[in-house]
Amino acid sequence: MTNTTDPGGDVRLTGIAKTYGAFTAVHPLDLTVPQGSFFALLGASGCGKTTTLRMIAGLEEPSAGTVFLGDQDVTALPPYKRPVNTVFQSYALFPHLDIFENVAFGLRRRGLKSVKKQVEEMLELVQLGEQARKKPHQLSGGQQQRVAVARALINHPKVLLLDEPLGALDLKLRRQMQLELKRIQTEVGITFIHVTHDQEEAMTMADTVAVMNGGRVEQLGTPADLYENPRTTFVANFLGTSNFIEAEVDSQGGEDIVLKAGGGKLVLPEARCSAPASTGGKVLVGVRPEKISLTHADDAGEIPEGRNRITGRIADSSFIGVSTQYVVDSPVCSDFEVYAQNIDRDPRLVPGAEVVLHWNPAHTFGLDAAQSVFAGTEGSAGVEEAA
Amino acid sequence: MSTLTEAPPPLAPDAPGPKPPRRRGRLTPYWLLLPGILWLLVFFALPMIYQASTSVQTGSLEEGYEVTWHFATYWDALSAYWPQFVRSVLYAGTATVLCLLLGYPLAYLIAFRAGRWRNLIMILVIAPFFTSFLIRTLAWKTILADGGPVVGALNSLHVLDVTSWLGLTAGDRVLATPLAVICGLTYNFLPFMILPLYTSLERIDGRLHEAAGDLYARPWTTFRKVTFPLSMPGVVSGTLLTFIPAAGDYVNADLLGSTDTRMVGNVIQTQFLRVLDYPTAAALSFILMAAILLMVTFYIRRSGTEDLV
Repeated sequence: MTNTTDPGGDVRLTGIAKTYGAFTAVHPLDLTVPQGSFFALLGASGCGKTTTLRMIAGLEEPSAGTVFLGDQDVTALPPYKRPVNTVFQSYALFPHLDIFENVAFGLRRRGLKSVKKQVEEMLELVQLGEQARKKPHQLSGGQQQRVAVARALINHPKVLLLDEPLGALDLKLRRQMQLELKRIQTEVGITFIHVTHDQEEAMTMADTVAVMNGGRVEQLGTPADLYENPRTTFVANFLGTSNFIEAEVDSQGGEDIVLKAGGGKLVLPEARCSAPASTGGKVLVGVRPEKISLTHADDAGEIPEGRNRITGRIADSSFIGVSTQYVVDSPVCSDFEVYAQNIDRDPRLVPGAEVVLHWNPAHTFGLDAAQSVFAGTEGSAGVEEAA
Repeated sequence: MSTLTEAPPPLAPDAPGPKPPRRRGRLTPYWLLLPGILWLLVFFALPMIYQASTSVQTGSLEEGYEVTWHFATYWDALSAYWPQFVRSVLYAGTATVLCLLLGYPLAYLIAFRAGRWRNLIMILVIAPFFTSFLIRTLAWKTILADGGPVVGALNSLHVLDVTSWLGLTAGDRVLATPLAVICGLTYNFLPFMILPLYTSLERIDGRLHEAAGDLYARPWTTFRKVTFPLSMPGVVSGTLLTFIPAAGDYVNADLLGSTDTRMVGNVIQTQFLRVLDYPTAAALSFILMAAILLMVTFYIRRSGTEDLV
């Protein structure tokens, strides 16, 4: 494979927007996708991620703004003149052509006469060399998906756009194809822009994830950064699960903010608070369920100093193998979720038991209190884990 | 069917086993087929046999006809009326091509571009069926009348000079010329072309057009390489639904044509109803049927749509 390494291969969107009548699908958006990166647009359906992708492909005309590929302004170019290719949701393979001709389609349209060698190499890359003369409907879902990738990649596009390419596959195959796509991306070095509603998929595959909500980019960063330092409750809930406590700022000074919540005190590192905190003001304190330790109330004395602590009563517990998931009722927050690794299980930790929840203050994050703590809870992580 | 064949186990100990419902379930398809089979037997198979026997009879109207296995009737009919056969194929073929050229863009428009006008245009396509075939063809007689606006316009645009040179019209007339007959055939069979074309175009996934555009195909290339091949089932059924009835048609040639534009349908009609030479008429019918069957078989083989349907 040839590596396309011209330096100005970034995708740049400046002020790009799309409106349909009175409905705004994408609010003015600035986004830069660096050359060679694996970039994911993550969000629930209707958040504008597919529209954004289609504007890059040229299948949708932006209402405002500019699309740059490198230094070239491609906003006015029709799709067939853009050096990008798309892997469509449900693949859109040509049913009347065999696999070979499907993959050769782009090369032939650009006037190449001898395509045999390239097509065969590409089919080898996606491990479909044997299937070249079959029709698309004779292949399984996973194989069709690989044909769609091959058909796009063979043109050496500057950018490969993937529109929920794994949506039609079952869970196991999806995991397999995620690794496969990641492998191919590393091998060919082409910029991938991947649209998905599956947070786990986005986190496994992408270098950079842009979380979209209601036509806006809510937050952009590496998967770990988004997970550890969400700046809105939407991001905090959409990527994994979060517990929130509404707290009042008691004092601030140095590197930490001290907060009051339900009679107790909590410590939050200043650097991890994305909301303006002034003494007496409100802040939403967030903590991930796996960061929390659970100790029976009788052993409360053994908890080391300097940890954030909250008391409560176990409302529910479910054993799921690697961990046990507890729901704890506490005065500051009902339905506090705690995931405890199954290392040394305390037999006293059953529903009804009084417990102390404690965690390292460094794992606390602070958000603006003026937003719903339930944003992004629907159709996100909860659904994925149920499936 | 599965609900009948997989009956739940009987609850009562003396209940009959699952055999009776199963037997009834197995026969159901045949019962459903029976009316259709009877219909075909009475109105298709029997007349065909009767026709076949008629075509090998000799005799006269006064003395009565008798089956004498006189196959020479076929040869005689063919050698006497081959010009009408050739004319039928030419007129029907031209009308079919014209229907395809007129119908494809319209079907494409309805399927992909009409938006909320889709239903209205569909109604306009079907609307002519609400009046009689005969009335509509007679209306064309008025439209193409000598000295009428259409002929006047064609004349001043010098279109008639071209068509006269092609042998389709004669002088300043359109009526009673091949052009009039072909126009009538095209008009009358156009909906039979548009409907199957529309059905097959409408089934094409719009994302295939996007995919082709994404893979560097210009709009015209997308049409040639994706849309048209995928609409082949519609093209084949549309052309068959147009060509087959047009080749046997006699109304258009009768009302809009002259003695020089007689098609095989007119000959059969005359032989049956005026000359009362039943064997020749029956033989002509069979020759027409065989010719159409041959052409259609060849056409379907060539178009290679078996795996698309």
